[in-house]
Amino acid sequence: MKIGVFICHCGENIGRTVDCARVSKAAGFFPGVVHSVDYKYMCSDPGQNLIKQAIKDFKLDGVVVGSCSPHMHEKTFRKAVADAGVNPFLCEIANLREHVSWVHEDIDVATDKAIDLIRFAVEKVKRNTPLTTIKVPVTKRTLVIGGGISGIQAALDVANAGYEVVLVEKEPSIGGHMSQLSETFPTLDCSQCILTPRMVEVYQHPKIKLLTYSEVEKVEGFIGNFKVTIRKKARYVDDTKCTGCGDCMQKCPIKKKALSEFDEQLTTRSAIYVPFPQAVPNIPVIDTSVCTYFKTGKCSMCKKVCGRDAIFFEQEDQMLTEEIGAIIMATGYKLYTIDKKPEDSEIKGYGEYGYGKYKDVIDGLQFERIASASGPTSGEFMRPSDGKTPKKIVFIQCVGSRDESKGFSYCSKICCMYTAKHAMLYKHKVHDGEAYVFYMDIRSGGKMYEEFVRRAIEEDGVKYIRGRVSRIYEEDGKYIVKGEDTLAGVPITIDADMVVLATAMVAQPDASKLAQTVGIPYDKYGYFVEVHPKLRPVESSSGGIFLAGACHSPRDIPDSVAMASAAAAKAMVLFGSDMLEREPTIALVNENLCAGCFYCKKVCAYNAIEIKQIKDKQGNLIKEVAFVNSGLCQGCGTCNATCPSKSIELIGYTDEQIYAEISALM
Amino acid sequence: MSHHNTTHVRTISDDITDITSQNPELCYQCGKCSAGCPMRNYMDDAPNVIVRYIQLGLFEKAMNSATIWLCAGCLTCSSRCPKNFDLAKFMDAVREVALRNGVKVKEKTILKFHKAFLKQIKNHGRSYEVGLVRDYKMATFDLFSDVENSPKMLLDGKLNIFPHNVKGKDKIKSIFEKTEVKKCK
Amino acid sequence: MQIGYYPGCSQEGTAKEYDKSLREVLKVLDVDPTEINDWSCCGATSAHVTSHKLSLALSARNLALAEKQGLKEIFAPCAACYNRLLTSKNELQEHPEQKYEIETIIEEKINNIPEIYNIVNFFQKIGKDKIAEKKKIDLKNFKAACYYGCLLVRPSGINSDDSEQPNSMEEIVKATGAQTIDWNFKLECCGAAHSIARQDIVVDLSKKILDDAIKHGANVIVVACPMCHSNLDMRQQNIKSKFSDFKEIPVLYLSEILGLALGFDKKQLGIDTHFIEFNLPVRNDVQEVSA
Repeated sequence: MKIGVFICHCGENIGRTVDCARVSKAAGFFPGVVHSVDYKYMCSDPGQNLIKQAIKDFKLDGVVVGSCSPHMHEKTFRKAVADAGVNPFLCEIANLREHVSWVHEDIDVATDKAIDLIRFAVEKVKRNTPLTTIKVPVTKRTLVIGGGISGIQAALDVANAGYEVVLVEKEPSIGGHMSQLSETFPTLDCSQCILTPRMVEVYQHPKIKLLTYSEVEKVEGFIGNFKVTIRKKARYVDDTKCTGCGDCMQKCPIKKKALSEFDEQLTTRSAIYVPFPQAVPNIPVIDTSVCTYFKTGKCSMCKKVCGRDAIFFEQEDQMLTEEIGAIIMATGYKLYTIDKKPEDSEIKGYGEYGYGKYKDVIDGLQFERIASASGPTSGEFMRPSDGKTPKKIVFIQCVGSRDESKGFSYCSKICCMYTAKHAMLYKHKVHDGEAYVFYMDIRSGGKMYEEFVRRAIEEDGVKYIRGRVSRIYEEDGKYIVKGEDTLAGVPITIDADMVVLATAMVAQPDASKLAQTVGIPYDKYGYFVEVHPKLRPVESSSGGIFLAGACHSPRDIPDSVAMASAAAAKAMVLFGSDMLEREPTIALVNENLCAGCFYCKKVCAYNAIEIKQIKDKQGNLIKEVAFVNSGLCQGCGTCNATCPSKSIELIGYTDEQIYAEISALM
Repeated sequence: MSHHNTTHVRTISDDITDITSQNPELCYQCGKCSAGCPMRNYMDDAPNVIVRYIQLGLFEKAMNSATIWLCAGCLTCSSRCPKNFDLAKFMDAVREVALRNGVKVKEKTILKFHKAFLKQIKNHGRSYEVGLVRDYKMATFDLFSDVENSPKMLLDGKLNIFPHNVKGKDKIKSIFEKTEVKKCK
Repeated sequence: MQIGYYPGCSQEGTAKEYDKSLREVLKVLDVDPTEINDWSCCGATSAHVTSHKLSLALSARNLALAEKQGLKEIFAPCAACYNRLLTSKNELQEHPEQKYEIETIIEEKINNIPEIYNIVNFFQKIGKDKIAEKKKIDLKNFKAACYYGCLLVRPSGINSDDSEQPNSMEEIVKATGAQTIDWNFKLECCGAAHSIARQDIVVDLSKKILDDAIKHGANVIVVACPMCHSNLDMRQQNIKSKFSDFKEIPVLYLSEILGLALGFDKKQLGIDTHFIEFNLPVRNDVQEVSA
């Protein structure tokens, strides 16, 4: 093999601490190396041409590039090598930046280490074999999980591009949290007015199959080729017959027993219900936990009054399977609503604020319902306890956010803006009312955001007080809020009529479970994790599964919509070709050696190991061995490390190659 | 990336951290401690400001504040701190370094009380109220406060005329000697 | 039941009735407290506000003595002692080098520090059922404001109680048949640390607490700490002389209210030594509870 070595300075990144010329010179003497050179920016066009030209001039059939992490430019260099007619898998990267220059200070030490790493890569490339990428077909259908604004946006984008979409929502209606909001910052346009047309568009779109009141139960397969099992929960209403007239809801005798989820527990609803009048689809469900029929069998009022005979008490959950090529996760968020320390939890709760104890201490979504024209007070400001107009409202930010003691260390990002909006909406309607906002920092990065907050302060007279509130207690119908203005250094006590807590955004309680079902990573908070925070922000590390909206991290509507469109674009990129290319560096079983212990199957994080039966000519079972599903295998090597009989190898990273690398260092 | 080799010069902040084992920079100055402090109205500086002084290296300001002596150690701040910063412990440490540095204590009567109290413990191993009141009153010349409550307590046998001396009295004394906070100036 | 007992200095002096009532009550509840031999002061507030090491060492001496005596569990009826002992325990366990230094100072070895209970936790351990079972008199006309003060449940996570809305003391008091009230200041500090040096502050703070209890319908305050008691009981005299319209309210130790329910009279429990006279009718004629 004729090997060429190319050392990149990475501007000053490597060059500052590694003597690149010395490395290149030393590499020239390694056995097998016929050409060695260093250059300021190897990834640049001239740099790549240097490699291509050398391949031609020196008839190279092996290339080692000493540069940044292979995460960064392995693809770039492999492509350059391939363009010059050499198999791309005969190109190896030695990481001289993250592994050397960024972690060492002494130039001599760093240079010696760089030389070692090059020697190491040279020994590996000698044992590399030409590989070809694996090709698999693509099913051009997208599953979107979650029907809030992110899911709606992603579904519409993909569907409008002409691809089929299956949209799964676990609640009876799509719309998500955005449908609950009053007006939206920084433009103060009505949330429902901009959202409901999009909901109807989804419902009527010929390319979108909408499955509400449904949940994803199982995901099998791999990028381009998923098989998804969906549970369509029983509504006890035949959706082919129901016209959404609402007679059943009106006549349902259960009116007070169930709290309205849509109104955030501020009102009650009937046992058979649609969450809100603009629900899509406008087909009710029966809440069996309160319905008299399901508890005692003694009522069937809804069935009696239904003119379409659509009530169907015997309905059962249905299991559907869908063939899917790409999945977009858009499951959204919940609000942190804990008053006391929950049992068996590290979260301590906010007993000092009396949430859950005092009726007029509410959270941001409850305030949205009160402020909303479609809400329980038709948008008039009344406090929940006695319906009086609150003349003094205190807003408290960062409740559960930026609080590693009682909540979460992260910033929930949207609260600064919605709190300013809340205070503004209140001041617009209650002119003689006083609004106080306790804050720590005002985080208003975004187009017209800072201007919006300043407007609340300068024009609408909202009083901002810099400090966290210590405690709230009730005295004579007022809520005594104990704070401190840390700017003036004076204690502040406010006797408020109502208190609004900007509670933290948290991941859906079942997010981690869903992540396991779907097979994507999640962080300690339950948020789904992207592959690369900067360059691949909407992709999960599992191929073909993309992320949109607040299921990834706290974010507002514009950010969620942008992310949803990005995820949709990623799905469409996948659909751009009929066949999918995958890295050939996957596990391979030596069936002669495999003893069928299936330790590999147990440790495989991607469910890529299957059981293969080996039979003789007569069809008698000889033995069972492990078999690697090349579509699922991500080439992580865990099976390789686990196999007791050494009968699984990772192509491109065989034991022989690894040992050769290690020996080169000794 | 380059790293700078700097020699760290020890400050009073390090003395405080030695006692508390917590980084003063943990505090992000939200003021929840001050908002809930029962002594806040009697203090000159807000409790969060004391931490700020240390963060800024304004040690004299912190040590000269009446706040550090008025802190009642009720732990409300430590309990509610969103950063798990134990401010009550931090206040203990600031007081201790203030004594070490021999600063003029603003709340003299409070310190005199603590000294009078500890004197009884040092001498007897347990609290001795009559001795405490005697020593405290001698130190402050505040001879007449609380005199109205004493006769009843004497009658009820709650004020012991003679101290109870623990057997390990000498050991207690040696504990005091070994842990005494010495002025370093 | 066997338990190690760390009385704390007040139990021998200003809070003699706390000790007295506690011992009576424990006898009825079949608890045999073993006093830690030659225990000494925990250092209280005065030690930890002036010298971290002194404070650790004074508490550690008592923990070491308890361990030497073979006590696996101890309880401290004074909330301040409880807090000091527990804080020292946690610090010694978390910082081995500190433990070594303190061992040298106190000339004792510390290996297995006993479990430490406050009085509320300890009565929880005994069980409210046991109290209800031994109850002779139903205290149903008592409307008790349970006062935790600062040091019983703080800092948050120190024990199983919620540090903002604790309920354990109420649970025990309810076992006597008494009602408990919901009020705002059950955790507010009375300023006991400054009781003597800054009486002016203490009078203000105590008044706020007492007023709130009365306002929410309490006819008695129940405390679990001698510092709280001396402040809330004795300082009512001073409050009255400063605020003429102040209405007084009796303050009982937890052990005293339990003692009343178990059939002891005021004198047996030392309630007669309080500054504020206790004159709530204890109606043993109404409801005899069969044991």
